Amino acid sequence: MSEMKNYTLNFGPQHPAAHGVLRLILELDGEVVERADPHIGLLHRGTEKLAESKPYNQSIGYMDRLDYVSMMCNEHAYVMGIEKMLGLKIPERAEYIRVMFDEITRIMNHLMWIGTHALDVGAMSVFLYAFRERENLIDCYEAVSGSRMHATYYRPGGVYRDLPDKMPQYLKSKLRSDKKLEEINKNRQGSLLDFIDDFAVNFPKSIQQYSDLLTDNRIWKQRLVNIAIVSADRAKQLGFTGAMLRGSGVEWDIRKNEPYSVYEKLEFDIPVGVTGDCYDRYLVRMEEMRQSTRIINQCVAWLKANPGPVMSDDHKVTPPDREAMKDDMESLIHHFKLFTEGFCLPEGESYTAVEAPKGEFGVYLVSDGANKPYRVKIRAPGFPHLASMDEMSKGHMLSDVVTIIGSQDIVFGEVDR
Amino acid sequence: MKELKKKLAKVFGKKNLSESFDELTLVINSDDVVEVCTQLRDDFNFDILIDLCGIDYLTYGESDWNGNASSSGFGRARQAQKSSNKKEQRFGVVYHLLSVSENQRLRVKALLSSENLMIKSVTKIWNCADWYEREAFDLFGILFENHNDLRRILTDYGFVGHPLRKDFPMIGEVEMRYDEELGRVVYEPVSIEPNINVPRVIRK
Repeated sequence: MSEMKNYTLNFGPQHPAAHGVLRLILELDGEVVERADPHIGLLHRGTEKLAESKPYNQSIGYMDRLDYVSMMCNEHAYVMGIEKMLGLKIPERAEYIRVMFDEITRIMNHLMWIGTHALDVGAMSVFLYAFRERENLIDCYEAVSGSRMHATYYRPGGVYRDLPDKMPQYLKSKLRSDKKLEEINKNRQGSLLDFIDDFAVNFPKSIQQYSDLLTDNRIWKQRLVNIAIVSADRAKQLGFTGAMLRGSGVEWDIRKNEPYSVYEKLEFDIPVGVTGDCYDRYLVRMEEMRQSTRIINQCVAWLKANPGPVMSDDHKVTPPDREAMKDDMESLIHHFKLFTEGFCLPEGESYTAVEAPKGEFGVYLVSDGANKPYRVKIRAPGFPHLASMDEMSKGHMLSDVVTIIGSQDIVFGEVDR
Repeated sequence: MKELKKKLAKVFGKKNLSESFDELTLVINSDDVVEVCTQLRDDFNFDILIDLCGIDYLTYGESDWNGNASSSGFGRARQAQKSSNKKEQRFGVVYHLLSVSENQRLRVKALLSSENLMIKSVTKIWNCADWYEREAFDLFGILFENHNDLRRILTDYGFVGHPLRKDFPMIGEVEMRYDEELGRVVYEPVSIEPNINVPRVIRK
């Protein structure tokens, strides 16, 4: 008989379960993974270098494109860093809008995650259900910013504009009957806040639906329980943050521990795992969606009761009113200076982090007093998570690698930058 | 944070410690990075290395508006100026630490001399430094001593240069196309012109 030897398998970069452009070199002993060597950088666009060559305001759009399933959270870290260094206070209403959209983004990200994770493991229908709900949230993005993905909605000084009074509706079309049209427009009769309110009321039922499909599902449990166990100590050593760290039983959430924006005033709980396997991370993220819904409810109630400005009136940083520009010399100058040169940050450096859906998303800004950042370093949560691929997959079967990638919630926009 | 600042000042000296925007920065000598980091992890409970990155101070504090307006006309400030200053400590490595148990953060900065881009690796102290150090090597060319596997990570296989250095041009140095005759991908020097849309200005 011939002797069995270890062999090397090239997984990706074009593989549907690789969540983008991951190239994994797997060393296998039969079907057991001996070593995993992720090759990344296939989506490297040099975001940091680009941001260093542009005025601050022009890089907000790049942040959307980092983790392209949790766009607004990335923007939040970046604009918060700028505001911190400028010492800029922003209106409370803008803070609430930001927090509400952060949580909408979190749900969007987790829906994408649950859909693709389940699809990787073999459950097709969850993906379809998750995208049904996700569509509504993308519509919220569109209503508020005009863009379904890359919003560029958060600006230094607040948010670009106030929430619309009217939720856009589906139009008459040859493809659908009047009855169907009335049905799909039913929750779009009021303002955007009414629409989000309606979503938040119905969403827990949808989470229950996914949970019914997966949580006690025998196959799902066989594929996830006791796969890639990471102890709390190892999780810290490996630089985990977010649901990956909490799944291992470490109670750490920036929203609670270093509250930014208005998270201090809101009520929500932090779910924590016990064993630190893929199943725990799944449960943590499912509960996070429920908690996000709670936060959204509180934000909607506050926003309905408290109208007000959404942008700071420091026109060195924020654009002046278009009408004021017509006959106010100073507004015209502000407008001209802001759009040709931008604003300068004081010399210094700061690191600002937010609890993005995937973990800690941080922006390290170094300014030498110019209108462009001297150095921008983006701390992407997925980077250390993927770095631990070798340790997490060691000793597991080839099919578990797919589960682990799903459980890590990897998106290459942020890993490669 | 005040307490941490006091404690740190006692151990590492007051002059190495600074505070800005509610964040603490500790500047250390690049030779004792392992000792200091071990101490920070064990005595100060900084159990997570959140981030590690390189930084290049070559053009720090320089603006594009230095040219003579009348002689160079409209094109002034549209091309990056060649930096004239030679910095003795051009590169730096910045560590961002987090203590989960104490809920504290700290930034540690080590500056490297221009001749010797070597610094000891901290992978033994925090395992996640592995990829971060590979990234800093890839983008800045900083060498980490005792790192097991210092390969490039983000750039292409066979890439030449360190793209986040300030003297690396924005447009890159080579461009790639498929050559029909040779039947393979070829690399050529870039054919596009560098252009700066908004000049860099410093206003105090």
